[in-house]
Amino acid sequence: MGFLVTEGVSKQYSNHRALDKVSISVRERSIYGLLGPNGAGKTSLIRIINQITAPDEGRVLLKGRALHPNDTAIIGYLPEERGLYKKMKVGEQALYLVRLKGLDSSTAKRRLKEWFERFEIQDWWNRTVEELSKGMQQKVQFIVTVIHEPELLIFDEPFSGFDPINANLLKEEIFRLRDKGATILFSTHNMASVEELCDDIALINRSKKILEGQVGDIKRKFREHMFELELGQTNGRVEEFIPADYEIVEQTPLTTGHTRIKVKNPMAEDGNALLSNVMKHTTVYAFREILPSMNDIFIQQVQGVNANNGNNLL
Amino acid sequence: MNKTLLILQREYLIRVKKKSFIIMTFLGPLLMAALMVVPIVLATMRDVGSKSVVVLDETGWFAGKFESGEQMSFIIAEQPLDSLKKEVIKGKFDFLVHIPATQLNVPSNAELYSIKQPSVSVRSYVRNVIKTEVENRKLMASGIDPEVIRQSKTTVNVLTYQLGADGELKKSYTDVQSALGFISALLIYFFIFLFGSQVMRGVIEEKTNRIIEVIVSSVKPFQLMLGKVLGIALVGLTQFLLWVILTMGIYLVLMGIFGSEIVQQPAAMSGELIQQVPEEQMDAVTKGMSEVFEVVRTINFPLILFSFAFYFLGGYLLYAALFAAIGSAVDNETDVQQFMLPVSLPLILGIVMMNFLINNTDSSLAFWLSIIPLTSPIVMMVRIPFGVPVWELTLSMAVLVGGFLFTTWIAARIYRTGILMYGKKVSWGELWKWLRY
Repeated sequence: MGFLVTEGVSKQYSNHRALDKVSISVRERSIYGLLGPNGAGKTSLIRIINQITAPDEGRVLLKGRALHPNDTAIIGYLPEERGLYKKMKVGEQALYLVRLKGLDSSTAKRRLKEWFERFEIQDWWNRTVEELSKGMQQKVQFIVTVIHEPELLIFDEPFSGFDPINANLLKEEIFRLRDKGATILFSTHNMASVEELCDDIALINRSKKILEGQVGDIKRKFREHMFELELGQTNGRVEEFIPADYEIVEQTPLTTGHTRIKVKNPMAEDGNALLSNVMKHTTVYAFREILPSMNDIFIQQVQGVNANNGNNLL
Repeated sequence: MNKTLLILQREYLIRVKKKSFIIMTFLGPLLMAALMVVPIVLATMRDVGSKSVVVLDETGWFAGKFESGEQMSFIIAEQPLDSLKKEVIKGKFDFLVHIPATQLNVPSNAELYSIKQPSVSVRSYVRNVIKTEVENRKLMASGIDPEVIRQSKTTVNVLTYQLGADGELKKSYTDVQSALGFISALLIYFFIFLFGSQVMRGVIEEKTNRIIEVIVSSVKPFQLMLGKVLGIALVGLTQFLLWVILTMGIYLVLMGIFGSEIVQQPAAMSGELIQQVPEEQMDAVTKGMSEVFEVVRTINFPLILFSFAFYFLGGYLLYAALFAAIGSAVDNETDVQQFMLPVSLPLILGIVMMNFLINNTDSSLAFWLSIIPLTSPIVMMVRIPFGVPVWELTLSMAVLVGGFLFTTWIAARIYRTGILMYGKKVSWGELWKWLRY
């Protein structure tokens, strides 16, 4: 049983179905990526988990039981549309937002001081938000999201609008929080961050979940059995080194005198046979299986579904 | 509930700490006090310095007609006009009045010369004297004694009484009651708009700041709306209370400073009036003033104050919820208009109808408008000084409570959808859909 589970969650708006029987399961202390193109329904799902809106069908379970209004105290949420009161002082505002999460005043103050020191922003305490740059505001928003030490953290498009330095800081903090025991769910269409961060992902397209699983498993599922080798002396007889059932996709001479080749065999489970064969003829300097990037899988899946739907319409 | 309190606290403190609130709080009573005191101060200032007026009377009718008083002293001169003008320029006299020779049936003109801008009081006094004298002469030419005319002038006072069921007579003072009803209704109207639109702007601010989603992930949208509406209601009450206290304070202080002048003032006024106003009218004036004091004693102030507080709060709560819903439905303040007008129309109607209602406080229209919660905060306040049956007042208040509970319920439904909706031009049909989500 996952830490956070949605079971057949559907949400209907007047003229469009935002979610269609979406079930996901997030393991405890994992980082879970919710992927999908714009308008797929990611934010709708996140809002339901945050109890901002209610599902029409299905249910959400946290730690094995149905969500309770008081669960907001153990959830930290950084929305995609995030802002602060412009005229309010930073410290005062952070204190207010943290206390809304249910923290008492003295604990809130103490922890805020700690976090402000960690991020080296103590000097901002008495400045109004409008004086801060956008990156500074994001730091404050992040602190406010995590300060009540929630067990479940939800970030909606956390990297949108973050400059590279803050984005990096955010990544480190996400890992740190996970190591401290938090479970993290975030939505994104930044595929690079998915490969770096996520243990599991779900791909949502047109209100439906079309893919879910561990990143490694998914990559293997969509492998194209493509291998890349860097070879020594070949004397132009590369074809003779490669077993007949392998197709040579690409052959590039390198400035070092080596040759890089890409080969493909839909039947091969691994490259051992290929490797032992090649080793008889020449020196192998590098070998790896090329797994598709999450980006490729994402595009392929989304476009494939959309194309199929298009055909159905015809 | 605890979180609602936290929101209420923020909404309250952030507004009370604002410079504009502090300025308004002190400016309001100062303006009120100025309104009360400035006329008195002006009246006392007029006494300063007596003006000398030289009169060149070519008709010979006005000898002894211009009476020198505290403010003006008159001298009848015989010199030619030009030399008198020179003396005015030299500063020997403040004013020169030239009355050219004329005949009775010819319209008479007089000329007034001075270096400075002539004061209104001098001009009107001179005109009055000339007018009276010429009229008297015309009457006499027709063989009528002006004294007969003067004696035939009559002042009529209509004293109004309300007959109680037991035949008991109650003096009724329509003017004072009208003024009281008018002022309290107008105040409620302004308060509802002033603080109702603050609620709306607050909601729009949270939406455009995009902080709304952060907050509704911690609290229910209804709690947020309630905290905001109640917080701003407290701001309104605070401001009103401070106004009452400060106005009274300033008034008392000024009474201490100008106390003597205020006591003398009626005397000073009558000194000036006595020259023009006939005896019996003077009586009416003093009588009128004592009547005002009597009225003030007979009016049920506790009831009016209580009703004022009640209708202010009830009306505010009813409209503030609607304004919050409007704020949640739009993206910025410029889109507000299409919703604002229909929603505030009943209030405006109440104000527009006020003149009619004051003259017809017992009409069935007045009755219905004072029961319907959208107009009752204004219309009932107009009626209360004239006396309203207890059952009508109770019914109206009960309906108002029901009314704001209902609008709050409606508003909450629109609000919780609206606050998360961006970049969409919202129509009435769309709002109807949100209601049923």
